[in-house]
Amino acid sequence: MAVRRFNQTLIYIVLIIAAILYLLPVYVVLVTSLKSNATVSLAQMWNLPSHPGFASIRAAWAQLGQNFGNSFYLAIPATLLSSALGAVNGYALSKWRFRGANVLFFIVLMGLFIPYQSVLIPLLRVMDTIGLYNSIPGLILVHTVYGIPITTLIFRNFYANIPDDVLEAAKIDGTGYWGIFRYVMLPLSVSGFVVSAIWQFTQIWNNFLFAVALTNPPHQPVTVALVNIAGSQTIQWNVQMASALLVSIPTLVVYIVLGKFFVRGLLAGAVKG
Amino acid sequence: MANPVTPAKATRKMTARRPAGRIRGWDNRMAFFTLIPSLILLGVFVYGFIAWSGYVSLTNWNSFIPTLTWAGLRNYTAIFSSFRFQSDLRNLVIFTVLFIAGDLVVGMILALLVDQKIRAEGLFRSIFIYPMAISMVVTGVIWSWILNPTTGINLFFHALGFKHVPAWFLSTRFAPSIHLGQIDIGIPVALLAVVIAAVWQMSGFAMAVYLGGLRSVPEELKEASRIDGAGPWRMFWSVVLPQLKGTTATIVVIQAAASLKVFGLIYAMTGSGQDFSTDMPNLNMFQTTFQGDAFAQGAAIAIVLLLLMAAFTVPYVLSMLRGER
Repeated sequence: MAVRRFNQTLIYIVLIIAAILYLLPVYVVLVTSLKSNATVSLAQMWNLPSHPGFASIRAAWAQLGQNFGNSFYLAIPATLLSSALGAVNGYALSKWRFRGANVLFFIVLMGLFIPYQSVLIPLLRVMDTIGLYNSIPGLILVHTVYGIPITTLIFRNFYANIPDDVLEAAKIDGTGYWGIFRYVMLPLSVSGFVVSAIWQFTQIWNNFLFAVALTNPPHQPVTVALVNIAGSQTIQWNVQMASALLVSIPTLVVYIVLGKFFVRGLLAGAVKG
Repeated sequence: MANPVTPAKATRKMTARRPAGRIRGWDNRMAFFTLIPSLILLGVFVYGFIAWSGYVSLTNWNSFIPTLTWAGLRNYTAIFSSFRFQSDLRNLVIFTVLFIAGDLVVGMILALLVDQKIRAEGLFRSIFIYPMAISMVVTGVIWSWILNPTTGINLFFHALGFKHVPAWFLSTRFAPSIHLGQIDIGIPVALLAVVIAAVWQMSGFAMAVYLGGLRSVPEELKEASRIDGAGPWRMFWSVVLPQLKGTTATIVVIQAAASLKVFGLIYAMTGSGQDFSTDMPNLNMFQTTFQGDAFAQGAAIAIVLLLLMAAFTVPYVLSMLRGER
């Protein structure tokens, strides 16, 4: 019994040390963001702020505010569009049998595993040609398309878990393809949409490659703005940390509120479809 | 957490009970039609663009003006003989191996700890996974401060009385230093700082997958080994770990894919580094193409990356689909 208690204590000690290490960056960001230009000094990076204030955060917001708008304007429509397409695809691929279904699913799924550098040059040319280069609608299109593989996978897994008996009754009543989708599947899809939407929102908000390749000021999303601020020689690093904090808040809030669904999205690609 | 068995079961049941009647035939075709818009989009944006990039990589388009004359494999010989791309491949291999190893070990330790019927399990899990919700560029910015040799974590080492503190990502050392042709194929010490940041960001994924795996190891197996007198270590190595082979393979593939895509983290944290000690093919491609206007060479780098990616993801996805039948 004593050994067991010792083991239990040891487990908690290791867990707490690990948790502290994982939260270390949060600590650095928070204490630094709350310091003002006058009190920020490299030697006291780890110290708590003597006079905590929001001056740095206000300064960061002045730099980032517009990009915040861009990121929301980008992430919300792209999340909804890619989730809607994923739902339709997932329904088709999980509840109906047609020739070549597996081949088509393979073609869709491989889109998950491409290094986006391999499509970047044509992508820029095409976006330029159709007048969507350096615009948020252009990024919405890009994230919608490249989001299709993961949303399709999420919804296909989700719908596969809905028993076919549920569809059977509707089929016997003579309800057609879209009728079943609309009246049987969609009402059962709420948590599927939550998983897909959270995952897509997080990915699109956090994306840097497409943002930096396809936009210039003033159309840049927050991630690009953050890198510009961090790379600037003239901006104090308490403001840089405050910017990093601001950029992370939306996805962290989503994670804190709906973490369970985020983890389901995280595991979607890892669990056999 | 999703149950990996159910979709397969569902599929089997569906084929067993074929819906009768002419309407169902039409509906099955409808399922195919609804996929068409997505297939067209992916056909253009993924497969079409890849083919286009492949074509560009075989041309002379290495200036601002698109010169689409045939160059054969000249761009490939150019990149493979360049100091930068050779360094990139070294970095990519070393980064991928260390990053995956770190992820597997840290992820497994965390999963085992969390699996000990502890209190506040949900809280600990959330703490280990939250970095996954943060942008790689945020991670890069924050960790470049934490691992800044003159500030950051080194202040602790100074306070503890250490005279020699790590230079982290500003290190110019190779350990060991092994010269091969024009590059050093040892481990660039600077890259280790990036590995630390990447493991911090991504190990929650390995933990989550392992945790699911640990919980699906049949109780009877553990019970049987307990009766045979196996201690906890013995049981872990000879019963639990072999059961998690498939889980480990999955993590390796997903994380290798993530490693091949690493871009924002490097861009925000270190850039190419001294003598390209922290450069990556992705960053090289981006700069070669959009800052150096060497589009054909950039495309060649991208195609090499794509082939590397396909080499292990195609078998993975195929086995994933086959596993369902």
